[in-house]
Amino acid sequence: MKPKYTSLQLFALTALRVSIGWHFFYEGFTKLLNPNWSSAGYLNDSQGWFAGLFHAIAGNQSLLAAADFLNVWGLIAVGVGLLIGIFSRYAALGGMLLLAFYYLSHPPLMNASYSLPSEGSYLWINKNIIELFALWLVFLFNTSSIIGIDRLLKRK
Amino acid sequence: MSNDAENSKLLGRRNLLKALATVPLLGTLTYAGLKKHSNTAANNVEVLNALGFPKNTGLSIKPGAVGTIIHNNNPHIRLGFIGVGGRGRHLMQCAGFAPPEYVQDWMDKHAENPDDNRYQNFLEQDDLNVSVIAVCDVFDEHARLALEAASNADKKGQKDFKGITVKRYKTYQELIADKDIDAVVIATPDHWHAPIAIAAANAGKHVYVEKPMTNNVAETYELKDAVIKSGIAFQVGHQGRQTESYIRAKEVLDKGVLGKISLIEVTTNRNSPNGAWVYDLHPLATPDTIDWKQFLGNAPEIPFSPERFFRWRCWWDYASGLSGDLLTHEFDAINQVMNLGIPHSCVASGGVYFYKDGREVPDVFQAVFEYPNRDLTFLYSASLASERHRGKVFMGHDGSMDMDGVTSVYVDRASIKYKDLLDRNLVNPDEPALTFSSATGNIDAITSPTAKYFAKRGLLYTYRDGKRYDAAHLHIREWLDAIRNKQQPSCDIQQGFEEAMIAHMATISYREGVKTYWDAEKEMIVKGNSVKM
Repeated sequence: MKPKYTSLQLFALTALRVSIGWHFFYEGFTKLLNPNWSSAGYLNDSQGWFAGLFHAIAGNQSLLAAADFLNVWGLIAVGVGLLIGIFSRYAALGGMLLLAFYYLSHPPLMNASYSLPSEGSYLWINKNIIELFALWLVFLFNTSSIIGIDRLLKRK
Repeated sequence: MSNDAENSKLLGRRNLLKALATVPLLGTLTYAGLKKHSNTAANNVEVLNALGFPKNTGLSIKPGAVGTIIHNNNPHIRLGFIGVGGRGRHLMQCAGFAPPEYVQDWMDKHAENPDDNRYQNFLEQDDLNVSVIAVCDVFDEHARLALEAASNADKKGQKDFKGITVKRYKTYQELIADKDIDAVVIATPDHWHAPIAIAAANAGKHVYVEKPMTNNVAETYELKDAVIKSGIAFQVGHQGRQTESYIRAKEVLDKGVLGKISLIEVTTNRNSPNGAWVYDLHPLATPDTIDWKQFLGNAPEIPFSPERFFRWRCWWDYASGLSGDLLTHEFDAINQVMNLGIPHSCVASGGVYFYKDGREVPDVFQAVFEYPNRDLTFLYSASLASERHRGKVFMGHDGSMDMDGVTSVYVDRASIKYKDLLDRNLVNPDEPALTFSSATGNIDAITSPTAKYFAKRGLLYTYRDGKRYDAAHLHIREWLDAIRNKQQPSCDIQQGFEEAMIAHMATISYREGVKTYWDAEKEMIVKGNSVKM
């Protein structure tokens, strides 16, 4: 069943989906183009509840290679899915999963400070978690069956 | 009917348009992303070219080709260790031998905390095909730990340790007289370095001696003569020789990237009792467990003092404080990349300003060395009472360089050589234009802010062929390689002679309140104003 939106609602929701897709795709794409890119530094800088896990990944060559691969291609897949609206709801879930990892590896806790400078000031809530909630909306208020390749797939 | 067909055709087209509405965005983003990437890449190539590191030619020194990695591990070498306190035992560990109680502790710690990898790292340390067949120390407890380490070639914990199988000698003379020993590692207090190294060289034993090479001027000549006459492989313990980012810094200097360098500043910034040589007094230290007379050696006779025994770096009779302990490291780091040699003159000053614990050596210390033939000043500034990070800085007319765990090159705002890059905003004088970090083995021009930030903080480790190493392990290894190949290692007697002499110039200047000069012809230190600039 296609959801019913006013055209303004449809425009707003599609814009949200496409912007997040754009962001994911470009994050993945630049990492893909940079042969020296590695998540090791980011993972090593982790703090909070799961810091041990993220440090362990950074410390193990094959785990790190797997994390790098999944991150780059995960970002690109989610980005493409949201941008052109193909398997868009799965893409939204995948994106939420990635964002959950980023959030948990660098939670903006009361006493946490990171080597990696952030561009704003955050306490508990940061842009990762906001983008995660935004993706939840994208998931719940699907637009890809109206504007997107999913429209064609749904027909069959 | 035709109307219906037209309608459904129209619907079909509308349908397709809606389905594909956002696809052009993907194309636009891919195109724009690639364009941005190629612009950045082109800028990087231009910066690298301008700085003398053309990207397509790669590095002239490949990571891993730096220093020596042993290819031929034969023949087996039998070592004797003289002086096995903290440093001596660390060197022993770097050669593959640790006391079973340490190994046990690392195993237990790893069981508690899987992130504690000391046990794993020790097991994975490359085998050097050596054995430690004798140990000499004047303190029973240090000797016991070292004997157990030397007898623990299997790297076992306490549970599986089979007992001591290695000889302890009470004097270094007896150890050196042992015909089975090929080479000795000397990690005694400084006043014993030269006498033992001279005896060892005269007996034909290869020598690895901790820094500073000597504790006074006279013995520096004697040791140099003994080493040259004997032809032994001789290495001074400046393990910074193995630091890959230093070797990379040398490449930057050799290419003249910084322009004319007129000032080099090196520093020591420590702020802990341990860093100020206030080492723990061992509870088992008594006149019965320590051969006090032998510890003193040629030093003036005084009653037994655990403070002096463990904190010997604080007294002139046994050491020279900052000059011998830390200036030598800093000087050797610069000497290895610039071949500075012994300076024309030195002025030193400082005082005991923080650790008023009865020590003689200063805890804040400055030494200024002039190299008129190189048109530059080499400045050493040290504090044991502040940890604010100041690195090793080369100040050139066209650029400056930090030589740390990571080597970073900055273009100078007023550079003439790089004016074009500056005018076109291709380089930012406030950020490194070139960094080298051992971890990736790459030289990067302007990379992402993240990479830059991590690079600057030195959060990246030193690797060889992708494997992490302790520099002291590599330094010992280079010495063993030299023994096997009948060569001299990197920090040989000439380098050690220069290192020792500049430390003595600084110490004499400080203690006697005079300017010291180096008379290059006579190869001697001259005091006062007797040599004209």
